[in-house]
Amino acid sequence: MRVRLRSGQWAAWAFLAPVGLYLVVFYAYPLYRNVELSLRNYTVRSFVRGDAPFAGFGNYLKVFDDPAFGPALWHTVVFTVVSLVFQFTIGLALALFFVQNFPLSATLRALFLVPWLLPLIVSASTWTWLLNSESGVVNAALGVAGLGPVNWLTSPDWSLWSVTIANIWIGVPFNLVVLYSGLQAIPASVYEAAALDGANRRQRFWRITFPLLRPVSAITLLLGLVYTLKVFDIIWIMTRGGPSGSSTTFATWSYRLGFGNLVPSFGPGAAVGNLLIVAALVFGLVYVRTLHRREA
Amino acid sequence: MRSSASGRVATGLGLALLAACSTPSTPSAVEEAPASTAYTIWDPYPQYDATSEWVRLLEGCGAQAGVTVERTGYDTSDLTNKALLAAQQGNSPDVLIVDNPVVSTLAEAGVLTTTAENKLDVSAVSPNLLGAGQSGGETFGVPIGANTLALYYNKDVLDKAGVDPATVTDWAALTAALEKVTTSGGKGITFSAIGTEEGSFQFLPWFWGSGANLTKLDSPEGVAAVTLWADWLKKGYAPNSVINNTQTTSWQEFATGEYAFAENGTWQLANAEKAGFPYGVIPIPAKAGGPAPAPTGGEFVAIPVQEDTGRYATSQKLVACLTNGENSLKTTTTLSYIAPTDSVQQQQVAADAKLGVWVEAVKVAKGRTGDDLGTKYPKISEPMWGAVQAALSSSKPPQQAMTEAQSAAASATQ
Repeated sequence: MRVRLRSGQWAAWAFLAPVGLYLVVFYAYPLYRNVELSLRNYTVRSFVRGDAPFAGFGNYLKVFDDPAFGPALWHTVVFTVVSLVFQFTIGLALALFFVQNFPLSATLRALFLVPWLLPLIVSASTWTWLLNSESGVVNAALGVAGLGPVNWLTSPDWSLWSVTIANIWIGVPFNLVVLYSGLQAIPASVYEAAALDGANRRQRFWRITFPLLRPVSAITLLLGLVYTLKVFDIIWIMTRGGPSGSSTTFATWSYRLGFGNLVPSFGPGAAVGNLLIVAALVFGLVYVRTLHRREA
Repeated sequence: MRSSASGRVATGLGLALLAACSTPSTPSAVEEAPASTAYTIWDPYPQYDATSEWVRLLEGCGAQAGVTVERTGYDTSDLTNKALLAAQQGNSPDVLIVDNPVVSTLAEAGVLTTTAENKLDVSAVSPNLLGAGQSGGETFGVPIGANTLALYYNKDVLDKAGVDPATVTDWAALTAALEKVTTSGGKGITFSAIGTEEGSFQFLPWFWGSGANLTKLDSPEGVAAVTLWADWLKKGYAPNSVINNTQTTSWQEFATGEYAFAENGTWQLANAEKAGFPYGVIPIPAKAGGPAPAPTGGEFVAIPVQEDTGRYATSQKLVACLTNGENSLKTTTTLSYIAPTDSVQQQQVAADAKLGVWVEAVKVAKGRTGDDLGTKYPKISEPMWGAVQAALSSSKPPQQAMTEAQSAAASATQ
């Protein structure tokens, strides 16, 4: 059967086609495949032949049952929350500092962007050298200050904190840039009025800056959350998720299951990956909902 | 027109990316099928470019067989996934060179042909080296060369401590030597105990040298091997950084000239010459004395399954060219490996006496996937490196770490 379309509609569909195709090829299909991968019992043999038996939620149960699940979940939560809190606080403090526009502030601000511009392999390797137990600069500095060396990357008590510190350092510039532009959007007249009414600095921040910055803060935190949940490179390069799993998050665990072993377990690896996607999705929906409620 | 063509390419890309699950992967798995006279070879030696000896050797072998060779070098860890993906899409290379513990995985996946099908001659190859390429009574490739681990020592540091390297023949003597070195102000030994296959590779000589077997990680012998390493760390004979060391970073520590010993492989010989201090090499001692069996390293040349079985004959010529007689000498010298056959090993030692220790080490070495472990090995190796890391970082005592590793390995391999 044929549906007759007017030429205008044809043009509309033609304009939609590229983006539609793009979304299907690069988003919908990969997502579908990842879900399918997590629901089948793949071995190397069935991966090649494409005849893996359907396993239902078997892979998910296996993942939940794994003794590594609890610690990995906890590490993911700690890594994400601590990273976000510090990235946001430091980023906001720096943005407030730079918005005052003193001489050379533009240059200094550009310098703060460096961590963001560096390839992750470079920054992660640099942190690895800095934090090396034997020959690292950090331990040398601690020694000068009269403090004992810390096994930053090789002690189960410290490894998670080390990768978190590195991740905070990498994430601060992003927060700085977004919050800085948010601050510039707040009209100066509001501050002038507040100053005339006798509001002090602290009051101006909590009563004007913070509330007016809320939409920007929300999107910064959401993007930061999605980004931090999937951080893989830094942890993998610095500790490989070790020693003995003490800095393993869902992202590194998923990689380890899928590719970190000579015999890959694609099913459980994909299952862990999907858990991450669901987590990001939930927070995304919460964001959309609160946005919606405020607009309504 | 244009959009449909690019759409097809895009679909292919999406597929490759997808099947690779989310790792950044280059879309090279979707290459055009080669023309009939072009034979594709994949190897894990990306460090050699088109002008290198290695690639010229490949091209020479192609010319002899009357075909052109299209060679691609991949990163070792990437190559397994690439090979699996290519097999899934039915465009495997004609000749595949892969790390030896991967052979059993690919064989299990049905990607590789057996020597019965491809008519490769493996009769001259040492059985202990061939072991890694065998499973279920079939042989799936030829070792192109072998390397293994031994102990490098720094002569200056040992002299200062008054240690004669010739006396280091068992664990007790080695620990005593480390103690002397440490009290004389030097640093003891460095190795790699990182939480990857590399860590297991470095731990195995001590594990096997103690008499332990991979089927029982928590045997008293296995626990003794972990305890040896853990005690070295506790007493400061080995630096804490070994927990995160790759073999490369471990070598960098040794290259500072402060360490007495380093556990490392044949491939560091050229760097040892450049280190700027007198060095020597001794076999890794077993617990009760004598050289410990170290795991074999090095790649296998294999012929993946093709739809057009007529291609095997030419592929076989290419592989034979790389591994036969005098060419083997050329190949192993180019890649700085020990040859897999007795006769070529003798020629190598005749040309360079320093290789003698390595030839001996290769002779007692064992394949990781041997002992009929095959694809079970990776499932044992992962809990094992985890246990080593747990013991070295003192998060668990050695006995508990190995007992837990054994139960994890047992449930993964049943």
